[in-house]
Amino acid sequence: MVSGTQTQDRTPSTHPRTEEIPAAVVRFAGDSGDGMQMAGTQFTDTSAIIGNDVATLPDYPAEIRAPAGTVPGVSGFQINFASTDIHTPGDEVNALIAMNPAALKAHLADVQLGGIVVVNESEFDKVNLRKAGYPEGVNPLDDPELGRKYRLYKVPITRLNAESLADSGMSAKDIGRCKNMYALGLIYFLFDRPLDTTIQYLEDYFGKKKKMPEVAAANVKALKAGFYFGETAEIFPVRYHVARAPVAPGTYRKITGNDATAMGLIAAAKLSGKTLVYCTYPITPASDILHYLAGMRNFGVKTFQAEDEIAAICSAIGVSFAGQLGVTGTSGPGLALKTEAMGLAVITELPLIIIDVQRGGPSTGLPTKTEQSDLLQAVVGRNGDCPLVVLAAKSPSDCFDTAIEAVRIAFKYMVPVLILTDGYLANGAEPWRLPDPKSLPAIPVTHPTDPATYQPYKRDENYARPWAIPGTPGLEHRIGGLEKADGTGGVSYDPENHQKMTLLRLAKVNKVADDIPPAETYAGADAELLVVSWGGTYGSVRTAVERLHAEGKSVAGLHLRHMNPMPTNLGTLLKKYKKILVPELNTGQLRYILRSRYLVDARGLNKIQGKPFLVEDLVGGINLMLDGKWGEAESLNPTQHQIKAFK
Amino acid sequence: MATEVQVPVLSAKDFASDQDVRWCPGCGDYAILNQVRRVLAAAGATREKTVFVSGIGCSSRFPYYMSTYGFHSIHGRAPAIATGIKLANPDLNVWIVTGDGDGLSIGGNHLLHTLRRNVNVKILLFNNRIYGLTKGQYSPTSEEGKKTKSSPFGTIELPVTPLSIALAAEASFVARAVDVDKNLGDVLQAAAEHKGSAFVEIYQDCNIFNHLAYQYATDKAAKEDHILYLEHGKPLVFGKNRDKGIRFDGAHKPQVVELGKGIKEDDLIFHDEADENLAFLLSRLSYPQFPEPLGVFYRVRDDCYEDLLEGQIKSAVAARGQGGLAELFESSDNYKV
Ligand code: SF4
Repeated sequence: MVSGTQTQDRTPSTHPRTEEIPAAVVRFAGDSGDGMQMAGTQFTDTSAIIGNDVATLPDYPAEIRAPAGTVPGVSGFQINFASTDIHTPGDEVNALIAMNPAALKAHLADVQLGGIVVVNESEFDKVNLRKAGYPEGVNPLDDPELGRKYRLYKVPITRLNAESLADSGMSAKDIGRCKNMYALGLIYFLFDRPLDTTIQYLEDYFGKKKKMPEVAAANVKALKAGFYFGETAEIFPVRYHVARAPVAPGTYRKITGNDATAMGLIAAAKLSGKTLVYCTYPITPASDILHYLAGMRNFGVKTFQAEDEIAAICSAIGVSFAGQLGVTGTSGPGLALKTEAMGLAVITELPLIIIDVQRGGPSTGLPTKTEQSDLLQAVVGRNGDCPLVVLAAKSPSDCFDTAIEAVRIAFKYMVPVLILTDGYLANGAEPWRLPDPKSLPAIPVTHPTDPATYQPYKRDENYARPWAIPGTPGLEHRIGGLEKADGTGGVSYDPENHQKMTLLRLAKVNKVADDIPPAETYAGADAELLVVSWGGTYGSVRTAVERLHAEGKSVAGLHLRHMNPMPTNLGTLLKKYKKILVPELNTGQLRYILRSRYLVDARGLNKIQGKPFLVEDLVGGINLMLDGKWGEAESLNPTQHQIKAFK
Repeated sequence: MATEVQVPVLSAKDFASDQDVRWCPGCGDYAILNQVRRVLAAAGATREKTVFVSGIGCSSRFPYYMSTYGFHSIHGRAPAIATGIKLANPDLNVWIVTGDGDGLSIGGNHLLHTLRRNVNVKILLFNNRIYGLTKGQYSPTSEEGKKTKSSPFGTIELPVTPLSIALAAEASFVARAVDVDKNLGDVLQAAAEHKGSAFVEIYQDCNIFNHLAYQYATDKAAKEDHILYLEHGKPLVFGKNRDKGIRFDGAHKPQVVELGKGIKEDDLIFHDEADENLAFLLSRLSYPQFPEPLGVFYRVRDDCYEDLLEGQIKSAVAARGQGGLAELFESSDNYKV
């Protein structure tokens, strides 16, 4: 726990006392059927609404219902909430709520020494201990070491929850389902949070939406019972309070990356006067974009759940050909299936948006875990010389801006644009100040109508060809995957023409660089070391660089959102620094590009664990470089609180 | 006084592009191309509102030879591209040209799902029972045992029956024609008029790699005994002298019988375009045991996908109001700081 000043004035009772702290990291963990995501989401909403900055990290099991009570079946949700500006869901857990033995086993290692561990003691029976894989006769709660290392609170949550709902008239099973709210109530007490946001949610969700007012009432009762238990049983010697963060006034909402992407697409459609047609095939962790958009019919949004990934992108290409906003979304394995069709969009020079919510690979890999390992697939992974524009969002709310920027570029240059997000951004949440609709500039689109001047592959000053759409008299033309003659767009096998067209397609993508802001560094201006990040690692890298810079270390940071083309000043900037470190959640894909493109000796800090960087990982790596202890290795990997070369 | 608007009437020639047609001389595709142009003209179609979409293969060159909008896409994916076009603009008349390899092998999945969704597109599957563009490998409709470049010892796999697949995929219009047969125009016309996915299998002669594969159905002297023209509400009669028919035998199996000698037309099976079981049964009849039916096997009315989608948007707007940017940002989860 981050220590802070103690205050007595918030709670009328003198016991327990309340301590003021700047930030805390709380993790709820339980069986995937225990409602941990809901508890975590509610804690986040409440904290955001009372004015904290928040960042979250949900952690789902890969299987929907891994055997109950087992370690693979554990679902977790981590929230970092603070009275200051934060960029990450936090390294170490200050308070863990473990709803069963498996949850304790899976998550205890992440808790800071001396941190709070609340366990649901009722579930630590013989059967559950065995399911969690503890040896016969061993109960971790009996180990005195646990109580010495952590502030352990054993609360029989299952039993207390059942007792509080004994007269609810509900079945034992339904009563059991409320125990996440009991636990949440208890943690609300510990962190001095109000209950009203969650009560409102429970009444709206179970009462109004699901039409089960008795379930709503029971959950509210459990929530309150948990809170009152904390208050009356006086198990916690101290309560904690995190004050509101100083944020710009405005209207806010909590937003996940997937929702922000979906909202950005709708906004882009409105700004360009086009119909958004989202064509996709369900895949983790991208499906929530579909779920969001499928409910937005009154915004004119069309969604199409295709029969497979290939049909998804091909139908989106059809949408673009017919003159509307065609978008397809997927994750790594799906992107692989779409590659041939991406080439079709490149050679037909149609605008198209492709979203890749990256996850752990290769193959099926780690479907529910995050990774940045599709960068090379995105930039170069197609047959032929097949360049397209690649953007990478840096935070959940940045997905909104990225989606709009992607559409703007696609329409202006008649080119497919691929957006990279990742599982961490997609499911993670942060507060987002809603933009003023009037502040968003329109996205201009033109369609030719004059047959006298029309040629399918005649280019404008940006090398963009005209977007003539079916239905326009006199502009009938045929396009397709065969090489086109420049200008007329007729099929051409002419060698010189092929070279010209290949270079034109490349020049067009490179031209986009004129339209993007130059790369900028932050923290130390004349530093010895430049840390170059991209995409979803922005928050943790920036936190680490700024922390070390504040400590007087000679380090600067640079974050890339434009992966292809890259900012035109990037090469010059990189060459100013003696050392370059590229931290990535892959084996070094950006490093590969930077080294080959700019001939710089970039080194990599590469974490490939399906998890985001801890600030600690980055601090460790940066210090090794600054202290001259990095050695000769091109890349090192964080491993169990150390940074090592793989052997 | 109302002035008369003169709608220019296009002829078949107006649907020809300026491209030289480059199929092999004698290829069955020429006859189909001519019929399609003729049917479009007869149906009063306009060039600007018509789109031809194809995949890869000999038949997929089709869009280049039409003066309409066209998209020569990638192998097997034409139904998906066409679906996107209809989602974006339901007013367009979209035709898909595919082949037995393109539509039933690499693109089989898209064909199934486009048909079951009943997207309002016309699908012409040129079935020549061979891979032509890649120069002569067996296709999913090549007969078992067929010797080709890729099966010198004969194929060891059963062919599929395109119409059975279309029916199983819940197609709302299923028909068959032969490239050089007089009924091709009628079938195409019926397809053009159908609202929903219309699936038309066209027996097409690849005179380079599988010449005369359909000789039994095209030979002037013999074909009347090998094919049967379907007519809604009429008995299944065939033969040069219209003296043969198909009836159900005692075990309710189809049986070829000769008319006369106590067997009347009333004893035969009567064609009913709305009977899916009959349509499936007809799709299973194959030469030489049976004559192969031509014409419309199955035709039912159904809502099309893109109209249902538009309908959902209309009712959502009616119920919740048209959403704009301000509404997008307004939600119950918002809070003020
Ligand atoms: S190879 Fe066969 S199908 Fe292809 S164009 Fe020649 S004759 Fe026609």
